[in-house]
Amino acid sequence: MAASGTLLVLFLFAHAAGNLKIFVGEADFDHYAHWLREIGVPLLPSGWFLWIQRFGMLLAIGLHIWAATVLTIRAKKARPVKYSHRPKIQGSYAARTMRWGGVIIALFVIYHILDLTTGHLNPVGGDTEPSARVIADFAPSHWYVTLFYVVAVVAVGFHLRHGIWSAVRTMGQQTSKGERRAKAIALALSVILVAMYLSVPFAVTLGLVG
Amino acid sequence: MDIKVRVWRQSGPSAGGKMVTYDVKGISPDASFLEMIDVLNETLILNGDDPIAFDHDCREGICGACSMVINGVAHGPEKATTTCQLHMRKFSDGDVIDVEPWRAAAFPVIKDLVVDRSAFDKIIQAGGYITVPTGTAPDAHATPVPKKDADAAFEAATCIGCGACVAACPNGSSMLFTAAKITHLGLMPQGQPERDSRVIDMLQAQDDAGFGGCTNAGECTTVCPKGIPLSLIGRLNSDYRKAITKR
Ligand code: HEM
Ligand code: SF4
Ligand code: FES
Repeated sequence: MAASGTLLVLFLFAHAAGNLKIFVGEADFDHYAHWLREIGVPLLPSGWFLWIQRFGMLLAIGLHIWAATVLTIRAKKARPVKYSHRPKIQGSYAARTMRWGGVIIALFVIYHILDLTTGHLNPVGGDTEPSARVIADFAPSHWYVTLFYVVAVVAVGFHLRHGIWSAVRTMGQQTSKGERRAKAIALALSVILVAMYLSVPFAVTLGLVG
Repeated sequence: MDIKVRVWRQSGPSAGGKMVTYDVKGISPDASFLEMIDVLNETLILNGDDPIAFDHDCREGICGACSMVINGVAHGPEKATTTCQLHMRKFSDGDVIDVEPWRAAAFPVIKDLVVDRSAFDKIIQAGGYITVPTGTAPDAHATPVPKKDADAAFEAATCIGCGACVAACPNGSSMLFTAAKITHLGLMPQGQPERDSRVIDMLQAQDDAGFGGCTNAGECTTVCPKGIPLSLIGRLNSDYRKAITKR
């Protein structure tokens, strides 16, 4: 969980930073999207790096989901009879929503790729440039798409708030002071990431971009 | 105080069980939770009913025998307190209180609220010991231990093996218990020879016993009557990583 999750977090930050290019200008954003396909050229043929990176991501996502599934099955087996008085959540809310949060994020990623990468579910889709798709997605009339993005990104925020800290603990973090520090850093990183991601749809909806 | 309790009744390990409601009248707010059950049991016996079976021994919060999930919280609403040290003044007149046993596959119900916690003994047998020469007891100061380590080891050693951590864990994991033992023994010079094999063997024993895997959810430490901190699980993880990379 910790190793595959760390790779996913690195991707999330790189992706969020790339998205911010839309504030520089739509042409720059599209240029960035095309550049993604050219990374590694001429060492690698065009598009190869992107595909290598995609396979790496798929592997990380696969391992992450596999480990989560094993843990969930073990947890179900470890408590065959449920409490009739449902236990109160005493620890953190973020920690107790990891499983459903993860499922929501996975569904979002599928929708998101069909929307912005392949364009199938995008209002404009087809041969349009990435910036045109983003702008079409988050137009005020498409508020429900924007809402879904917001919910998904906030779910990612909760997931990382517990996930980043938990990964640090799994790697052996063991002092109480370090625990407070790791929790604060996890919260800060999650808030920053959510803000980076949400800035794009909000800017489009409010007409600041496009 | 007049209250109602809904208690898990199960006549034997393989019998089905259900929650049964009882009225308990005229209980002193200064009675402990177990004394309240004692009073209820006396009425049940006088009526010719089977009294509620529950574990208890010291009744002073040091043995780890008592074990009830009260309104969904292991050892009840008061923090850092065993069920035997919980008093009825923490509840209000007219309350309906749900009482259930620890719920875990590794802790099967024997009867009513009594569960079999010998899975913890299996974990201890796998590595929760040190090897010492027998004979006369060594002088207490024969092996110096830094004060800081002695204090931290002592804090971990306050774990009474009650199993509340397992009962509260959404994964049914015993990681906090095992981490307390790993820390307690691993901080002492006497615990070093078996340090690597201890963590590997105890984790294996806990998996074999049917406990779930830890996801750092942190529910355990909030119910632990001894306040064993979650950070000890980080120490266990670190010991485990070192032990498997050495192999
Ligand atoms: C509101 C914020 C977001 C915006 C505006 C956005 C935008 C985009 C765009 C334009 C692409 C297509 C890039 C291209 O084809 O060149 C893309 C791809 C992708 N995004 Fe996002 N994204 C956002 C949030 C997220 C989040 C939260 C996740 C993960 C949980 C995510 C995961 C992905 C993945 C996995 C791809 C596919 C990469 C590939 O084609 O290999 N995105 N995103
Ligand atoms: S760690 Fe705490 S809750 Fe778990 S067995 Fe020890 S004393 Fe009980
Ligand atoms: S009866 Fe000994 S700790 Fe409660």
